[in-house]
Amino acid sequence: MSVAIETHALRKVFGGNVAVADLTLSVEQGEVFGFLGPNGAGKTTSIKMLLGLIAPTSGEGRLLGAALGDPRARQGVGFLPEHFRFHDWLTAREFLTLHADLYHMSREASQPRVEELLELVGLSAHAGQKLRQFSKGMLQRIGLAQALLNRPDVVILDEPTSGLDPVGRRLVRDIIKDLRQSGTTVFLNSHLLSEVEITCDRVAFIKHGEVLRVSPLKTLVEGELTVEVRARNLTPEIVAGLRRWSSNVRSDGESLSLTLPGEADLPAVNRYLVEQGADVFALRPQSISLEDLFIQIVGTDGGL
Amino acid sequence: MSALTPRPEKEQNLGFAGAERLQNPNSAIFTMARLTFREASRRWILWVALLMGLLFLGVFALGFHEIVQDVHRRAGTRPAAQESEIYNFMVMAGLYAVNFLTVMMAVLTSVDTLAGEIASGTIHTLVSKPVRRWEIVLGKWLGFAAMLLAYLLLMAGGVMGVVYLISGYTPPNALRGLVWMGFNALLLLSVSFMGGASLSTLANGVLVFGLYGVAFIGGWIEQFGSLLSNQTAINIGIVCSLILPSEALWRRAAYEMQSPLVTAIGFSPFYSSSVPSPLMLAYAALYLLAALGLALRQFQRRDL
Repeated sequence: MSVAIETHALRKVFGGNVAVADLTLSVEQGEVFGFLGPNGAGKTTSIKMLLGLIAPTSGEGRLLGAALGDPRARQGVGFLPEHFRFHDWLTAREFLTLHADLYHMSREASQPRVEELLELVGLSAHAGQKLRQFSKGMLQRIGLAQALLNRPDVVILDEPTSGLDPVGRRLVRDIIKDLRQSGTTVFLNSHLLSEVEITCDRVAFIKHGEVLRVSPLKTLVEGELTVEVRARNLTPEIVAGLRRWSSNVRSDGESLSLTLPGEADLPAVNRYLVEQGADVFALRPQSISLEDLFIQIVGTDGGL
Repeated sequence: MSALTPRPEKEQNLGFAGAERLQNPNSAIFTMARLTFREASRRWILWVALLMGLLFLGVFALGFHEIVQDVHRRAGTRPAAQESEIYNFMVMAGLYAVNFLTVMMAVLTSVDTLAGEIASGTIHTLVSKPVRRWEIVLGKWLGFAAMLLAYLLLMAGGVMGVVYLISGYTPPNALRGLVWMGFNALLLLSVSFMGGASLSTLANGVLVFGLYGVAFIGGWIEQFGSLLSNQTAINIGIVCSLILPSEALWRRAAYEMQSPLVTAIGFSPFYSSSVPSPLMLAYAALYLLAALGLALRQFQRRDL
């Protein structure tokens, strides 16, 4: 598998303020990569360095094999900026055609592509309307379409869902899902953890411009888990026997709570309870939420 | 093929699919020039300018017609040679106003084009495309330059046309005069681009008009200095022309088109007694290139 995005010790200092201290990460082709961190952690600055909008103070990186800032790299990249600010005196169709031109697409290639994308984001009926008249949700849709014009290999989304209604969020999620299926790399900058939890393969936590942890989402969320059990005929001996798997067993009548090192132990626990004569009504693993993890890793100070 | 499938011609070096097109940057430059033109049209700048221009020419035609009638009524009382002096005076008064209007147009239309797009964030979707930044700036510059020259041609051509149609008079060296006036418009356009690449819209406006004010008063100081043969005053005027050679270009244009008699007399509100030297004209050309070059360089380097 080849690498889509690679950075080494990228650093950006504005005046005396360190916006990004040390950004070192590597994103594989075809991966959906979540970039998490509190407001002001340096997420947008990092993205802008990837796209060559901001020149790093030091460090280096490559995007699709080309040095950051090399316009050739951006031929294979789609970008949806934060806030969706576009030339609002253009109609939706003109806007997409303009950006297809900037991708050096021929008119024969861009015209069907523009219609196809208008359809995909549900704006075909508004294609002739000026962006000035668009709602925030519609601007987000047209911005997404703009980021997909060139059938990119890497799509970079900067807070694509902040301030959007559930329908807009669903659209983003569906598009990310489809992009993953087609093997496109997605770099998703977000602080909306539920979005990340649903869509991402791997996440990086960033705070004060530094990557604190990079980890596959599965191992993050599927590490230690708490299991809630509801069962009758629980004897103190049965409960004591559970300590084989968990040091932290609490029982309260029919309710049991224990912490397991991983999901793999669940069947064994279940089998043990049944064999010991307990009537099991429910056995619910409570995986730790990304939000808890976020707080755990980033801290409650919000990075201030 | 689904709307999200990446380009079928995916190769290992995915980012370089458009490298070939990049070697020929014309497409991006012309895309930006067209966009600039479209913006001026969509935001009614073109149409208001056209309407006001026609109003100006209408008023000028009415006034000139009245004066010609008056001249003809008194035809017997003064020598015929004086007639062409009066017509020349009127053409120069008209062109003086046109020069001022063109300078205003050059600055007012372009003062916001870089600074405004940077402030609003609309620049992000442009510069994240596989284009070089200087292509964006040069494309915008070319778009404005074409519009300004068209405006100048309409207005100055209109003034000369009105005079010719009513009186049959044409000023000497009209074409050369127009070239210097066009040069002046492009000079101020370039200065406005230079400021816009690093300053906010308002600061840029203050800068350009501030420079223009210095050049304007400097021109008058030089005129009076020349009339009084005061070398110090002339030198102050020359220094002002070095700060911005804008009035110098107008005075060169006026020198070309004024009647030989006035040149001999040496003073009139719209005329030039102290003629800018070829050295000053060469300096103005260098000034224009340096301003445009600084605009390109500054925009290339700045963080967006």
